[in-house]
Amino acid sequence: MYTFSNKLKTFSFALMILGVLGVGYGFLSSHKSLDEVKTMLADEAAHHGGGHGEAHATHEVESHDMHADAEHGEVAHAEADAHHGDEHAKHVQHQIANRPWSALYVAAFFFMMIALGALAFYAIQFAAQAGWSPVLFRVMEGITAYLLPGAVIVLLIAVASGTIGHYNLFVWMDPEVVAHDKLIQNKSGWLNIGMFAFRGAIFIAGWCTYRHFARKFSLAQDESDDNRNFKKSFRIAAGFLVFFIYTESMMSWDWIMSVDPHWFSTLFGWYVFASLFVSGITVIALITIYFKSKGLLPLVNDSHIHDLAKFMFGISIFWTYLWFSQFLLIWYANIPEEVTYFVTRIEDYKLPFFGMVALNFLFPLLILMNSDYKRIPWFVVSAGIVILFGHYMDIFVMIMPATVGDRWFIGIPEISSIMLFAGLFIFVVFTSLSKVSLLAKRNPLIKESEHFHY
Amino acid sequence: MESSKVIHAIYTDDDILMSAVKDVRAAKYHIDEIYTPFPVHGLDKAMGLAPTRLAITAFIYGCIGLTVATVMMNFIMIEDWPQDIGGKPSFSYLENMPAFVPIMFELTVFFAAHLMVITFYLRSRMWPFKSAENPDPRTTDDHFLMELSVANHNEIDMAEFLKNTGAVEVNLVEKAN
Repeated sequence: MYTFSNKLKTFSFALMILGVLGVGYGFLSSHKSLDEVKTMLADEAAHHGGGHGEAHATHEVESHDMHADAEHGEVAHAEADAHHGDEHAKHVQHQIANRPWSALYVAAFFFMMIALGALAFYAIQFAAQAGWSPVLFRVMEGITAYLLPGAVIVLLIAVASGTIGHYNLFVWMDPEVVAHDKLIQNKSGWLNIGMFAFRGAIFIAGWCTYRHFARKFSLAQDESDDNRNFKKSFRIAAGFLVFFIYTESMMSWDWIMSVDPHWFSTLFGWYVFASLFVSGITVIALITIYFKSKGLLPLVNDSHIHDLAKFMFGISIFWTYLWFSQFLLIWYANIPEEVTYFVTRIEDYKLPFFGMVALNFLFPLLILMNSDYKRIPWFVVSAGIVILFGHYMDIFVMIMPATVGDRWFIGIPEISSIMLFAGLFIFVVFTSLSKVSLLAKRNPLIKESEHFHY
Repeated sequence: MESSKVIHAIYTDDDILMSAVKDVRAAKYHIDEIYTPFPVHGLDKAMGLAPTRLAITAFIYGCIGLTVATVMMNFIMIEDWPQDIGGKPSFSYLENMPAFVPIMFELTVFFAAHLMVITFYLRSRMWPFKSAENPDPRTTDDHFLMELSVANHNEIDMAEFLKNTGAVEVNLVEKAN
């Protein structure tokens, strides 16, 4: 049995309180009046010197924001400059207002996807009847406890941004925009708030139902004297994996890809999957190493850590493969309607966009290639922290360009959102872990797992 | 011509072989070679063999392959004749790099894989028409053979010792050097 130490509990509460304060500050400081924005833009123009107007003209044309595009299309180009300035200031005002919403959403999604990735990994272990992992099942079950609150929060933020907010995440939620946008009108059969919320509810219900029963059968197996519960676990895991791969794909269209409703990519679902899968596995490894260092998982040996590190290594490369495949195909064909996605990212997000490839690919590739390093906890932990940071950047670069454009920064709203959800994640996960024994006792494969040796 | 004596101890079970290896090493006899019909898990550890460095060579070969691909395409596509092919930017290597990545990847794998295999053949002295170095044909089917050098030990004692470790057959062999 693990007892949730008071130190860690206090730490998680401190994170949450600081996070809430920072998020509150982010929302309070993001409401700028049009005049304030104009003054700010005039200041920036003065700093940048001439040629600013020209730069903004191209920016407006290339900008991916439907707000600008739709309205811009209506307004004749011959309109007075003053009016254009107004349009631009409104556009920037909206982007500034979007920032705390996006920061909150990115962090919420990031921690939710860790739990979802861990759940998918857990189900695969059952479906594949893996012999090495049963000693880690309780750690995985603990991490997936965050899925229900985490996913509900993500869906609530998304829906709230379109109901109580001013369409701060998804432009297709804004009836004004849709009225002037033929492309979104054609997609409104899928992209409307009612259906969005309904689908989201189905996804969450499906995932959490599996999680609930998987945990129930896993605990029941500890007490029973036959393997009926294990067989049930196997069957529902196989069923869940089918459900998961469909819903995960649709979730990625809804919750992430639809921030850019003019853009589409077919392998996007897989790309998001790779991101959440590797994050989930990394957190499993980190928590396992933490417990092992406290002596709470005596049966976990170097070989288990080695296997987890191999998965971190392999799935990191898989993520890179998908990242590059998506980028290469769009870059190579250079079709204007698709390529705007990467144009905005490379122009305004050069460092995070290419930096995450270094974090998510080069670093794990070089650190985790050596077989001996994969058995050294501090190597795995440092690689894991870099991978997690890289995948936060990944989600950041998926959401932010569509909502705040070039007004991005990693400042108080972003960091405090991470702190808020990190605190909540730690609290929920470790509370769940402290409830039951950390070893699944009567799993038919547990003996093999205890003696697992690579 | 000098000749040296070796003892061939033959086993029929890999578990017995493993424990015999441990006993023999504890008794400080020198194992020259062990012939087995299939890989016996943990035998190298029991014998105290040094770990292979083949993976390190593969890494180096991969780096060479990556360099070859980069240098080759930089010369051909950027420096020698930078044509405009379908609007692809050929002003610098970096600008057109995504298009080169598939080749860079494949050549890295190609060099790593093939040169490592060749290294393996060279290091383990395997090639076509090489005469087999098998002391007993049964070791390719179901027998395990341990070859020990007699050196200045007593042959009778050694044979007795090996019988006790579970050897089904112990032969003294004169080996011409």
